[in-house]
Amino acid sequence: MSLLVKTILRFIIFIFLQVFVLDNILLHQLITPYLYFLFIIWLPFRTSRALLMLAAFTLGFTLDSFHHQPGFHTAACVLLAYLRPFLVSIFIPQKGGETNFESPSSKSMGGFIPYMTFVAVLTVFHHSWLFFLEAWQFGGFWYFIVKTFTSTLLSLVLILITEIIVVRKEKFLTNTV
Amino acid sequence: MRNIFLFIGRYANLLLFVLLQAVSIYLIVSYSKYHQAAFGSVANVVTGGVNKKVNAVEYYFKLRTTNDSLLVANEKLYNELQKKDPTNDLVVLEKRDTLRIDSVVKYQTIQYFGAKVVANSVASQNNYVVLSGPAVKNFAAQMAVVDVNNSVVGKITEVNGNYAVVMSLLHKDSRISGRLLKTGETGTLIWDGKEPNILTLTGISKSVVVKVDDTIITSGFSTAFPAGLKLGKVSSIVKESETGNFKIMVKTDCNFYNLQYGYAIRNKEKDIIDQLINKQKTIE
Repeated sequence: MSLLVKTILRFIIFIFLQVFVLDNILLHQLITPYLYFLFIIWLPFRTSRALLMLAAFTLGFTLDSFHHQPGFHTAACVLLAYLRPFLVSIFIPQKGGETNFESPSSKSMGGFIPYMTFVAVLTVFHHSWLFFLEAWQFGGFWYFIVKTFTSTLLSLVLILITEIIVVRKEKFLTNTV
Repeated sequence: MRNIFLFIGRYANLLLFVLLQAVSIYLIVSYSKYHQAAFGSVANVVTGGVNKKVNAVEYYFKLRTTNDSLLVANEKLYNELQKKDPTNDLVVLEKRDTLRIDSVVKYQTIQYFGAKVVANSVASQNNYVVLSGPAVKNFAAQMAVVDVNNSVVGKITEVNGNYAVVMSLLHKDSRISGRLLKTGETGTLIWDGKEPNILTLTGISKSVVVKVDDTIITSGFSTAFPAGLKLGKVSSIVKESETGNFKIMVKTDCNFYNLQYGYAIRNKEKDIIDQLINKQKTIE
């Protein structure tokens, strides 16, 4: 399966899962799990920064369209996409290791723990920006703090489960840096 | 000139990032102010289509509860028909409905249009309901929407083709004038965003006698909502220490968790009333 087809399929599946499954889970008004932004994390290393941000913009805008309130997820996704390359270079164990594998995973990031830390940092950034904007529009300080904390925890659990269930084949491409 | 290009070349990513963030924040700000932003038109058709397909499946699984709610609605209507009791809370509606303009033409001020709910949310801070169906062509923004039991769902914010977006009562900007059926006091019904199906009624003075389970109806002060539609029942009463008012928690009559049908209400007097108000404004 070509990369483009795979990416488009992933896009559709993540949006579908978020809108029709996760958004309908009602644990509490202050806990909303998000999983869809894993799409941006899974994009290949070689995706240019501009393309990464544009893909994130499209993803966020699509989700916002389903929520009938544009902007919130778009802004959070763009931030996540902008920060991803920085964090990859911080967390990847070997300099230039981005060329060895196709996309960020526990294999390419040198183990499950570094990879999950990388995902967790991105999740915290995504959630805090999202809920900061929401709090600015219709919440308060505690809305921001509590919702960021609880939703990040739940999202991370979901991501962990997804990473265990979904096996992404990560071929070793080359070891020439 | 060369320096400008060099600058853009070097900071292209940062500039793109700032640009995209600015677009997002512009969308948030502009959409929160005016609900009928241009954004909705294109997006609605796409998301509406997908929602409709998914709802077709989901609807099948909810048939049982939908049937039950229709049975209750029918039972109520049959009882109304039998009773014709003048002390009934629907008396206002009934009288206006059968008002005659002359002896030949029956004049109906309020008209109901049914539609299917294709998307609905309760988990967000701003919840919307999307309606679809052949009657949507009669819908317009600012029309009231009720469920099968004639309880308020919300107000239409946008109509596009076959889809109408309804701002549900569970929306931070939703403001509805509610009246206590027993005493006739009016206040404003808002949603604090904490719990679905629980609204807050503000502006009721502490001197008013309020009890749990008292009914709240629409006051009819706005042209969108005819008087006498059911809003909910009082679930708990809190005395605000800083003001002379009660903070009344109201359980909505409409069950937002399972909403399959809705009716939009067209008030034929709305245009005339709005015209009068606008005329008054221009005189002032």
